[in-house]
Amino acid sequence: MPNLKDLKNRISSVKSTRKITKAMQMVAAAKLRRAQDAAEMARPYTERFNAVMGSLAASVGDSDTAPKLLRGTGKEDVHLLVVMTAERGLCGGFNANIAKLAKQKAADLVGQGKTVKVLTVGKKGRDAMKRDYGDHFVGHIDLTDVKRIGYADAQGIAKDVLARFDAEEFDVATIFYAEFVNVVSQTPKAQQIIPAAFDAPEEEGGSSTLYDYEPDEESILADLLPRGVATQIFAALLENGASEQGARMSAMDNATRNAGDMIDQLTIEYNRSRQAVITNELIEIISGAEAL
Amino acid sequence: MAETMQFDLVSPERSLMSDQVKSVQIPGADGDMTAMPNHAPLITTLRPGILTVETEKGTEEFVVTGGFAEIGEGLSVLAERAVPRADMDQAAYEAMVDEAHETYKKTKETFKNEPGPVDDAAKLLSDMVAVGSHIGLSPKQPAL
Repeated sequence: MPNLKDLKNRISSVKSTRKITKAMQMVAAAKLRRAQDAAEMARPYTERFNAVMGSLAASVGDSDTAPKLLRGTGKEDVHLLVVMTAERGLCGGFNANIAKLAKQKAADLVGQGKTVKVLTVGKKGRDAMKRDYGDHFVGHIDLTDVKRIGYADAQGIAKDVLARFDAEEFDVATIFYAEFVNVVSQTPKAQQIIPAAFDAPEEEGGSSTLYDYEPDEESILADLLPRGVATQIFAALLENGASEQGARMSAMDNATRNAGDMIDQLTIEYNRSRQAVITNELIEIISGAEAL
Repeated sequence: MAETMQFDLVSPERSLMSDQVKSVQIPGADGDMTAMPNHAPLITTLRPGILTVETEKGTEEFVVTGGFAEIGEGLSVLAERAVPRADMDQAAYEAMVDEAHETYKKTKETFKNEPGPVDDAAKLLSDMVAVGSHIGLSPKQPAL
């Protein structure tokens, strides 16, 4: 039987763990709100952007002069997987889920005889991918120092990706991130960003407006496509941010509850052994008195 | 009451303005233009410049860098970066000019014998400087 002092120490240590997880949960809840607001604010831009790009892409179509970012390089031998995860752990299965999806995709591609390159954003993703795909790494982008994700961060990542594309290091780029569904559920998602895939604009009764373009359609496309990459990465980063906080919040909520259960159990055990000790002492005293 | 149209100014990080307006001056890549209600549908890219919005209540000005404007039923301007003129101070402006300067230098190094990209970067830089002289701020270093 563990002695009383040990039990007491355990209880107090679990109690302080509970305090920490509780605090982390509250911090995550506050950050979640901010992250959600940020994602909300960015939505109009992304939506309008995609709508315009969709109609532009449709009108330029598959012509040979269409920019490479839209048309692709004509082959798909080398794939770049951009794995975006959190910089910190303690958020349940968040990082692991994204890494798992990315690994699956990588295994599929390798199985088909394609070359896979991995670019990681966020420390945790790099750690998770290192064991199986460490030699496929082509780079890592660290966002540890970034407190609040801004568009500039997304632009930085986009610049890196585009520079690699211009150097013909890959043909197809896919980003991996977690989509924020609600606080308790985040779905890992893969999205192809190069060649750009836009949802075709919905034809509303054939009344799609005919736009004038200034300068011409193709120069606009050439100007906007790189921005499109940045926009998609930015949207994914924001989704990821919200998902991370959501995942952390529910993970910490669980941890807090578990710690509570554990404290209850330990307290019962503690009381039981305390009573046993008292009973023992009483028996000793009584039998001593009887012996006189 | 003059005719108005719906105007939205959004940057990736937030939506800056959404209101009924009388007219908007857009710094288009091929030249400035003024969009008024019932303008023909048009999509244009932006160069760094000042976006002037005229509403019923008065005019508002924003400093925008690249992006594009879509004129359809209403007008939406999607700017890469948009700052209300009042919030634009010397420090923020200098940062923007420095960035353009940096890009210019880098492009010049990368594309030694191709005038295209270098000219673009130089134009970007001079646009930035022009923005400054318009709003009464001057870059701390001489242009080019």
